[in-house]
Amino acid sequence: MNMILPASVSATPNGTTRPQVRIVIVGHVDHGKSTLVGRLLHETGSLPDGKLDMLKAVSARRGMPFEWSFLLDALQTERDQGITIDTTQIRFRTRSRDVVLIDAPGHAEFLRNMITGAAQADAAVLIIDALEGVRDQTRRHGYLLQLLGIKQVAVVVNKMDRVDFGAARFNAISDEISAHLTRLGVTPSAVIPISARDGDGVAARTPRIGWYQGPSVVEALDALEPARPLHQLALRLPVQAVYKFDDRRIVAGRVESGSLSAGDEIVIMPAGKIAKVKSVESWPETLHGSSHGAGRSVGITLDRELFVERGDVIAHAGATPCDTRRIRARVFWLHEKPLSKGDQILIRLGTRESRASVVAIEKVVDPGSLSHAQTESIARSHVGEIDLSLAQAVAADPYGENPRTGRLVIEVNGRIAGGGIVLAVDAGQRTVPVDIVPVESALRPEERSARYRHNGAVIWLTGLPASGKSTLARALERRLFSRAGSPILLDGDTLRAGLSSDLGFSAQDRSENIRRLAEVAAHLARNGHIAIVAAISPAAEDRAAARRIAATSFREIYVATPAEICESRDPKGHYAKARAGSLQAFTGIDNGYQPPAGADLEIDTSARTVSDATDAIERMLAESGILLDEPVDLAANV
Amino acid sequence: MHLLNPSSDAADDLANGSAIRSILTDIPLSPPAMDHLDALEAQSIYILREAFARLKKLALLWSLGKDSNVMIWLARKAFFGRVPFPALHVDTGKKFPEMYAFRDRYGKEWNLDLKVELCPPIDDVDPTLPPAARSAARKTEGLKLALNKYGFDGLIAGIRRDEEPTRAKERVFSPRGPGGGWDVRDQPPEFWDQFNAAPPPGAHLRVHPILHWTEADIWAYTRRENIPIIPLYLSRDGKRYRSLGDQDITHPVASTASSIDEILIELDGSKVPERAGRALDHETEDAFERLRVAGYL
Repeated sequence: MNMILPASVSATPNGTTRPQVRIVIVGHVDHGKSTLVGRLLHETGSLPDGKLDMLKAVSARRGMPFEWSFLLDALQTERDQGITIDTTQIRFRTRSRDVVLIDAPGHAEFLRNMITGAAQADAAVLIIDALEGVRDQTRRHGYLLQLLGIKQVAVVVNKMDRVDFGAARFNAISDEISAHLTRLGVTPSAVIPISARDGDGVAARTPRIGWYQGPSVVEALDALEPARPLHQLALRLPVQAVYKFDDRRIVAGRVESGSLSAGDEIVIMPAGKIAKVKSVESWPETLHGSSHGAGRSVGITLDRELFVERGDVIAHAGATPCDTRRIRARVFWLHEKPLSKGDQILIRLGTRESRASVVAIEKVVDPGSLSHAQTESIARSHVGEIDLSLAQAVAADPYGENPRTGRLVIEVNGRIAGGGIVLAVDAGQRTVPVDIVPVESALRPEERSARYRHNGAVIWLTGLPASGKSTLARALERRLFSRAGSPILLDGDTLRAGLSSDLGFSAQDRSENIRRLAEVAAHLARNGHIAIVAAISPAAEDRAAARRIAATSFREIYVATPAEICESRDPKGHYAKARAGSLQAFTGIDNGYQPPAGADLEIDTSARTVSDATDAIERMLAESGILLDEPVDLAANV
Repeated sequence: MHLLNPSSDAADDLANGSAIRSILTDIPLSPPAMDHLDALEAQSIYILREAFARLKKLALLWSLGKDSNVMIWLARKAFFGRVPFPALHVDTGKKFPEMYAFRDRYGKEWNLDLKVELCPPIDDVDPTLPPAARSAARKTEGLKLALNKYGFDGLIAGIRRDEEPTRAKERVFSPRGPGGGWDVRDQPPEFWDQFNAAPPPGAHLRVHPILHWTEADIWAYTRRENIPIIPLYLSRDGKRYRSLGDQDITHPVASTASSIDEILIELDGSKVPERAGRALDHETEDAFERLRVAGYL
């Protein structure tokens, strides 16, 4: 799991602050990481007086030569006993930096753990055994650091004592690893010859490496640039949920970057709706006026009623993330079944989840050999760049701009199967609407319901092609109009002729078509009309999205006419064409229709007359509070 | 490898233990700083809200102990004063009277939707387990009964990585098989605070919002937030309980700590594991792991 990220500056005893850098030491498992860590703790004066002597004495008593790695073992023992405070991080200080060392296992099968641990590091130390040289695992780790956006890498060539401190051997390794890293776009900040066991090169250039002119390990660490603190980035508050436990409507989430205060002008992405933060809520007491920085879990109320849902991202006006349906990402794959072009997947980006299809796969690389494969799939433990087409718009940032909202995971069958960083987002045709302020109607809802004798509603008729949706919709429209209501018919096909003429019939385009229908219908409903939507809407997820958009005014009617009867009707000749193979992606035959589980009403038009079915709908609407029995006394409401 | 020699004298041990701690963290001998607690709290709240958003039928396992009380407190913070799911107490019937009194009082005061599930008799439990583990396994059986009765798809549990080595392998969202079992070798990856929240059919998820806390964190937070505790944790006649379980298999440790402040000072120098007073941890090397594989917390 993610460890808590402390503030990137920490207080010193004299009250000043020092920049903190988080590093990870990677490399082949036997190349001496533990020894280097033990030696670093000693050389930076991080060990208490007597500690070293004690461990040496213990070693002598047990008849074994002292090893620097014993220090880590001793710390591990403390961990196992459960009495230390911090379980995965070791801290020490250089002249001007607080260094947090993140523990990263070296075995290849622990690769994914390293990936997730290393992802939070600002810099890395790559360790290479002078005797063994650059190994597959060395190359793989180097590649993964680059993949994860860690640009600062210091290389240490360890066990120089085993090669008689030979400059030639060192130079050969230095050239090989530098070339490797440079190809990855990473210039090592230093390549340092050391003997972690004897101390050469760790804190000082000893005579035995007199031919070396560069920095020691401690000096290299001292020169690392700390990451820009998250609170200095633009505000990103991914919405976890909207709670309505009482009369407050609380938008809850964690501030991933930037900071937030009551009174702030905010934009809710990806829709671009604007609001003001009315209050920042908390229990036990409500705080006023204070600023809530990155890392805080907060709950806010807004100054106006807006549709906000889990997955939205709250930002400040003028500094919003992109809204996009196309993402390019560099991913690492952990699943045994390779990720392939055309795969339908689920991505999670912050709190947003979206179905997506893999449009393209490029630059697939085996991180061990670094060989590029001309393949359109990414095998387990391989990496590659992919283009994703998303079923819905999401708010995202390129990783370079915001690491917290620029990374995503991919799920297969409900399990995380890979992860990646966002390289680029395609904001699409429309520009980000940062200045939308919805204009509220001059009329109040009760004025309209007094006239129409109904409340606003979205009546959503779903069912197979030719199940009778349009017929029912038209009959209902007539019925409501004859009782002086204000029904408006939104037929799926009619919309496709205009508003949605840019869309096809892929799952993604169908989702977008449904979204547009739902947005239009919900707007009509909010203004007191009854929007009657007749649309196949085969995907349960799309209908659920429509229900979320229309909220409590949504009524779903499943036109459950048996498939064989629909096919025998076939008024538009679609079934015949589909059977003949000239109509692709036709829901009735080859595109699975997902029947609703909890519809407000189910109607089989082969079993009842149109008029009888319309009666049933009217009854349901009356019983569920949409149709009003008696004219509302307008005066009583004024 | 245990290189800290347990036979060296007590003063040395004290000095070494605290010195090592100052290497591992910025926090010296004193209890964790406010910022540290704020960060722990924010992370736990995030996890609780993720669980509530992504699972359908949650319950929080309320053992009445210090950890689960902190968890309830965190849930009230996460959801602005209320716990929007049941608090489930799996009751062996053998808890201390002080624990039942605590449950009855704060169940009401905190407005919890309290569900008590009584464990089945000891005869129903695997007789090959050592006696104390067998006794603890009753809780697992009680838990299974509750799962079947209410159909929870998520159980929020207050375990911590630092308590016991087996628990260190845990995920924050940890899937359990239909029988409640845990396959430690087949855990999905979990990173960047993205959790695997889709249990396979018939299985459920354990959610661990305080996995990243330590015993000292729990006490420091309890003190800061004024969270009520059962008085058994405080010293009486030179002894106190560090961890509370069934009366017959839980023993007090020697301690003079009669306030949370004193507990924190005591923990700072202690090398005695928290669960030292839990008999079941010491019976056989694999007893605890066997229990957990079968669904124990």
